[in-house]
Amino acid sequence: MELLLVLATPLTGALLLAFLGAYRRAPEINVITSLATLGFAVLLVLRVIRHGPMMVGDEQFFVDPFNVFLIALTAFVGFTTAVFSRPYMRIEDERGRLTPVRLRLYHSMYQLFMASMLLALSTNNMGLLWVAMEAATLSTVLLVSLYRTRESIEAAWKYFILCGVGIALALFGTILLYVAAEGVLGHEGMRALLWTHLDAVKGQLEPTVVGLAFVFLLVGYGTKVGLAPLHNWLPDAHAEGPTPVSAVLSGLLLNVAMYAVVRCKVLADGAMHSLLPGRMLMAMGLLTTLLAAFFLWRQRDIKRLFGYSSIEHMGIITFAFGMGGPLANFAALLHMTVHSLTKSAIFFTAGHASQVAGTQRIDGIRGLLAVSPTVGWGLMLGTLAILGTPPFGVFASEYLVLTTAMREHPWAIPALLIALAVAFAGIFRHVQPMVFGDTNAKPLPHSPALLPVFVHLALVLMLGLYMPPALARWYRLAAHLIG
Amino acid sequence: MHMPSLATQFLHVLAAGLLLISFAMLAQRRIRRLIVLLAWQGALLSASTLLVAITAHQAHLYYSAALTLALKVIVLPWILMRLMKRLGIAGEVEPLVNVSTLMLVGLALVIFAFGLAQPVSALATTVTRQALGIALAVILLAFLMIIARRKAVTQVIGILALENGLFFAATSATYGMPMVVELGIALDLLVGVFVFGIFFFHIREQFDSLDLHHFESLKEE
Repeated sequence: MELLLVLATPLTGALLLAFLGAYRRAPEINVITSLATLGFAVLLVLRVIRHGPMMVGDEQFFVDPFNVFLIALTAFVGFTTAVFSRPYMRIEDERGRLTPVRLRLYHSMYQLFMASMLLALSTNNMGLLWVAMEAATLSTVLLVSLYRTRESIEAAWKYFILCGVGIALALFGTILLYVAAEGVLGHEGMRALLWTHLDAVKGQLEPTVVGLAFVFLLVGYGTKVGLAPLHNWLPDAHAEGPTPVSAVLSGLLLNVAMYAVVRCKVLADGAMHSLLPGRMLMAMGLLTTLLAAFFLWRQRDIKRLFGYSSIEHMGIITFAFGMGGPLANFAALLHMTVHSLTKSAIFFTAGHASQVAGTQRIDGIRGLLAVSPTVGWGLMLGTLAILGTPPFGVFASEYLVLTTAMREHPWAIPALLIALAVAFAGIFRHVQPMVFGDTNAKPLPHSPALLPVFVHLALVLMLGLYMPPALARWYRLAAHLIG
Repeated sequence: MHMPSLATQFLHVLAAGLLLISFAMLAQRRIRRLIVLLAWQGALLSASTLLVAITAHQAHLYYSAALTLALKVIVLPWILMRLMKRLGIAGEVEPLVNVSTLMLVGLALVIFAFGLAQPVSALATTVTRQALGIALAVILLAFLMIIARRKAVTQVIGILALENGLFFAATSATYGMPMVVELGIALDLLVGVFVFGIFFFHIREQFDSLDLHHFESLKEE
């Protein structure tokens, strides 16, 4: 029941916002819908804590420790982003970058995007997972090109074609998985596509076919995670779309795609009885992290800069999942959480920072601390957090990843350390003059909603200093589930 | 070794037709003809699905065949054709260099596809499992088309051809995905084409052409 409400609320919101059109209160409706979704997600979490994992709707939907925390995180960041988006989009509107029609599209698609991500997270059906991932792409592609500039249209086209091709590979992988499972499970009632059933018989699946399926699924969903070499769409889409969209793309969509990859990895691990799936994730993760870290140096656009930073962190998470084992999985799950919170907070401040300066170019943004201290401090603290400075939560998860790697895969340590150091220097070099320094920019016409930024950062700080026992237990359960 | 039945042989003929159309699309310069080829590919797909439905007694494949006929032979080509007329580019010709190289690469891809499909074909239990190699070849050729073309419209047609290949893979290796999934995929496809349609207008508004050569502002410096 709670799950139904979690899925139905954003869907209803999307329809409502589409029909209301350029209604003056649309941003508020957007916020309220997101708040309701969050409320139902919390109820769902409470229920899972009380009664354990559950299966709904003829086994088509299921909630276990792994996806319930992602559902809660998605609903939470969805809500805070809606809060942030209200004043942000008002300023964009007043600057003439939007029209009522586009604003309506924006609000409606925002909710549709939330609905499709929540569907992807909660479905038990590998086919529906694919459909939901594709729906998530389709609902955001017109948001990336919302400003209708040449650059934004080009970014959206790239996003569309690359993710379209990637997702087609994932569909082929899903078909192959179905072929492998059909012989064992039969094709009665779609059981051969249901993850829980696949998981139960994964030891009997034909290893070669599952291996082939996994390669396609990894490359396909990996495109959406932003794994090299198919990461090209990510910085463009993040830089050219409106900031709330960058925040949810980076903070949520990447996580959801990662979730799909991990679900597939669990099956491949069980079927192949070898370390190959994990090794593939490790190699792709390491390559992605290194590549992104070096690209960080050459960026001139603030949102592009943090887009590359997202790629880097997704690489670290992929690497950690690739190592496997309870500790590395724990670290990866923690990193997914703190990255999502920190990165969306950074995009909030980066968005307002570029509104203050009137440009997204890094060398045009100067002296944020003087014009708008909250934006300046938000950006500085967010940057420190994402770079893994203690005591923030990112430090805790990166430390866990590094110590686990040190014990099990010492060869990867130099590459990881180099990537982290290069990324640290690369980002800090850019952010320092943006926050400090002189400027003659004027403050914003509407006070920005920066409460979400500080709430996110406070949570990240808390996770670094103190992990609530309930959450720790939850991560452990999920980490154990992934194996 | 027993002789394959007449139906199976006929299926193989249809599969070969699909592959030939993929090659024809790779070399076709005129956009209008490309759309016609796409519709033909859909028609062969629908026919092969129907044939599998009859020989293997799979009731849900009848719906699948009808859905393919409606969507891929009628609706999508119609939408594309209308779009091309509205944009005034139906008769346009896309310059293509190195068609012979493209064909050779295509041939290599077909061989690769058959090699890759071998273990899966061995496992599958369907009457059409031999066609899986062809399905994979159609998918790879569609990839090649997306990479080789520089016009927005032809890239979209490439993606649709890719989807045809995927659909053929699903019917030949497993008697099709469950109906819910298939409907979901069809819906995504339809919405996708609408979004592409909207895109064409935006691109033309901003760039005065649907040529993707103009797309070069977002490059790493």
